[in-house]
Amino acid sequence: MLENIGINWIKKNLFNTWYNSILTIISVIFISWLGSGLLTWIFTTADWTVLKDNIKLFFVGTYPVKLLWRIYLSLAIITILGGISWGIISSKTNLFNKQNLIIIFSISITSIIISLPLGRQTGITLLGLLITIISSGIIGQKYLSKVSFFTKWLSLIWVITFFLVTGLIEGGLFLEPVKIDNFSGLLLTLFIAIISIVICFPLGILLALGRQSKLPIIRWLSIGYIEIIRALPLIGILFMAQVMLPLILPPEVRPDRVIRAICGLIIFASAYLAENIRGGLQAIPKGQTEAAKALGLNTPLMLTLIILPQAIKAVIPAIVGQFISLFKDTSLLAIVGLIDLLGISQSILANPKFIGKYAEVYLFIALIYWIFCYTMSLASKKVENN
Amino acid sequence: MFKNKGNFLLLTLLILVTALTACTQPTNTTKTETKPTATNSRLDTVKTRGKLICGVNGQLPGFSFVDQNGQYSGMDVDICKAVAAALFDDPTKVEYRNLSAQERFTAVQSGEVDLLARNTTWTISRDTSVGMEFAPTTFYDGQGIMATKASGVKSLDDLSNKSVCVQSGTTTELNLTDQMRKLGLSYIPVVFDDADAIYAAYQEGRCDAATSDRSQLVARRAILPNPGDHVVLDMVLSKEPLAPMVVNGDSPWFDTVKWVTFSLIQAEEFGINSKNLATFTNTEDPSIRRFLGLEGQLGTDMGLPNDFTARIIKHVGNYGEIYDRNIGKPFQLERGPNKLWTEGGLLYSPPFR
Repeated sequence: MLENIGINWIKKNLFNTWYNSILTIISVIFISWLGSGLLTWIFTTADWTVLKDNIKLFFVGTYPVKLLWRIYLSLAIITILGGISWGIISSKTNLFNKQNLIIIFSISITSIIISLPLGRQTGITLLGLLITIISSGIIGQKYLSKVSFFTKWLSLIWVITFFLVTGLIEGGLFLEPVKIDNFSGLLLTLFIAIISIVICFPLGILLALGRQSKLPIIRWLSIGYIEIIRALPLIGILFMAQVMLPLILPPEVRPDRVIRAICGLIIFASAYLAENIRGGLQAIPKGQTEAAKALGLNTPLMLTLIILPQAIKAVIPAIVGQFISLFKDTSLLAIVGLIDLLGISQSILANPKFIGKYAEVYLFIALIYWIFCYTMSLASKKVENN
Repeated sequence: MFKNKGNFLLLTLLILVTALTACTQPTNTTKTETKPTATNSRLDTVKTRGKLICGVNGQLPGFSFVDQNGQYSGMDVDICKAVAAALFDDPTKVEYRNLSAQERFTAVQSGEVDLLARNTTWTISRDTSVGMEFAPTTFYDGQGIMATKASGVKSLDDLSNKSVCVQSGTTTELNLTDQMRKLGLSYIPVVFDDADAIYAAYQEGRCDAATSDRSQLVARRAILPNPGDHVVLDMVLSKEPLAPMVVNGDSPWFDTVKWVTFSLIQAEEFGINSKNLATFTNTEDPSIRRFLGLEGQLGTDMGLPNDFTARIIKHVGNYGEIYDRNIGKPFQLERGPNKLWTEGGLLYSPPFR
C-alpha cells in the first residue's frame, strides 16, 4: 500500500513526461556525484578535532572560564522564557503538532550526531536545552496561560529579561564586570546582532514616520539621512566607525570598539528598515486614518493603535529579511578587527596545530549562521500566521 | 499580533526608551590620556592603568592567535607579555586588540593601543611620515619561494615560464614581478585573494611554485601531505624586518619598549634563560649583575623596576626561548638571520651599562 503510494508519487512528479524523466536522471546523477564527494570528505578526509578542541572558543570566545556559569544561566533563562511563551501563544492549539514534532525529533537526532565530532558535552547541552524548552512549554500551556499576569505582560517580561541577561553577561553592580571589548565568538555576534536589531527597529519606525511627516524640516532630514546612508556601503560605514571616529573625537572620549560597531550597524540598518516600514505605511488605506481622526484620537494614539500595528504586520517578511541580513552582516566586523564568529574562526585557523583546516571550520560556522537565520525566518512565518 | 492594544503601546514605549538609553551608552567611555609630554608619558599612563593594551594581528600562525584555552599566544604576543612582565611582574596584565592592517597605525596614533606588535615591516615611510617609532626588529622575515622537489626549481632562473601562486595586492606579488623583470624572465602568476587558497592550489599542482614570507611558507610546508617533497628555496627576495612599534614623540615609553626588546636579545647572549635564572643571582660577573639589576640602577633610571630584565626572563624567557616556542618548534624553521650576532645572525643588543 505505502509502496504503491511512493511509486505513484515518483511517477507523477518525477517521470510524468519524457523530458522530465531525462531531467530527473541527470539531476540524480549530478546530486549523487556531488553528494558522494561531500560525504566521503565529511567521513574520511575531514579532521573534526579542530571543532572539538575549540568548541568553547567558537561559542563564547575568550570569555573568562570561571564566569561561564553566567552564560549557562542566561541561556537557561532565555530557554525557559522561550518555552513558556511558546506554550502561552499556542494555548488554544496542540503543542505537539506534526511540524513541531518533526523539529523536536530532528534536534534530538542532531544533538546525538554532533556529539561525535564536537564532544559529548555539546550534545548533552543541546539535549538539555531541548528538554527545558519542551517542559517549560508544557508548563506554560497548562498552567501559566490561565494566569492573566503572564498573558498580559509577556512582552514586558521579555524586555526585562533582555536587560537582565545583558546585565548578567556584562557584569557590573555586584557581579565582576567583563569588558564588552573582550567579548568574542558567537557571543559577540549575537550580542551585536540583538542589540542592533532591538535599537534599529524603533529608529526605523521614527525615520519612516519622519519621511511621511508634514513638517518639512523633519521630512527633509529623514529623506536626507535615509538616502545618504542607503547610498553608502556597510563596510565603509564600519571602517568609518572603527578607524575614522577615534581621529575625529577628542582624546578623552573613546567609545568601546564594540559599541562603535553596533552604532555603525544601527545607522545602516535603520535606514533600510525605514524604507521597509514606509512600504507598510503606504499600504494602509486612507480611510483608516480618517476613521481614527473621526473617533477623536490624537496623532500619537492614532499611530500606535491604528496605523503602526497594521503597517508593520503588512511588512513583517521584509523586516525579518532585513534582520537576517543584519545578522549576517555582523561577519563584516571580522574585517575591521573585531573577533566575532568569523574572526574567532580565523584566529583558530592561525593556531599552528590547526593550519589548513579551513574547510571544516568554515562549514561549521556556515551551519551556525544557517541555524540562526532559518530560525528567524521560521519565527517570522509564525508571527505572520497569527 | 498583540492581544490588547495597551500592551502594544507599552512595548513601543519601552523599545523607544531602550533605544534612548542605548544611544547614551557611547558616553560609557574609557578615559584616555592627553598628548604625551615630558612629564606625562604613556609609561606613566600604563603604570597607573595597571594593564598594557597591545595591538596584535590575532590571526597569524606563530605570531599571534588564540589557542585552545582562549589565551593569546605567539611571537608578537610574547613581546607584549615581556613589556607587561617588566612593568607589573605579571605577563597576564595585557589586553589584546585585534587590529586590521588598515587600522593598525590609526590605533597607535589615537592612543587606542599602547604598543603595536603586529608583524609590521619596518620601513622608512612608516617610521617618518606615518609617525611611528620602531623598536628593534624582533623577527627578520623575507619573501621566499617554495617548490616541489620534483620540479627541480633551485633558483629564480628555473622559474622561467613556470606558474607561481601568489597572493593578490601584497608586496610579495610586486616583489616577484620586480625580480623577474630584472632577470628578463617571464612567468605565469596564479593570483589568489586568500592565503588558504594559495596553498590549496599549490597542493593540487595548479602551480609549480608558491611565494610568500618565508615564515609562512615553512609553516605551510609542515602541513602539506608529504612535506619532504617540497623545498623552501634558500634565496630571499625581499627584506621584511618585523618590529614592535609605539607612537612618535614619547621618549620614555619608546625607551621602555626598545630596551625590553633588547633585554630579550642580551639575555640570550649572556646565556640566561627562564630555567637557569636563579643560578645567576650570586654571579660575580659585573655586567650580568648590572643587567639583572643586582647592581647599579639601570632600571630605576628609566622609570622601570630595577630588576625588569630578571622579571622578563622569569616570565617570558630570552629571545631564543621565545623563538623556539613559537616558530622554531611548531614550524621547524631555522633561525637563519634571527641568530645572535655572535653566531652569524643579525640580533645585536647595545651594552647594558
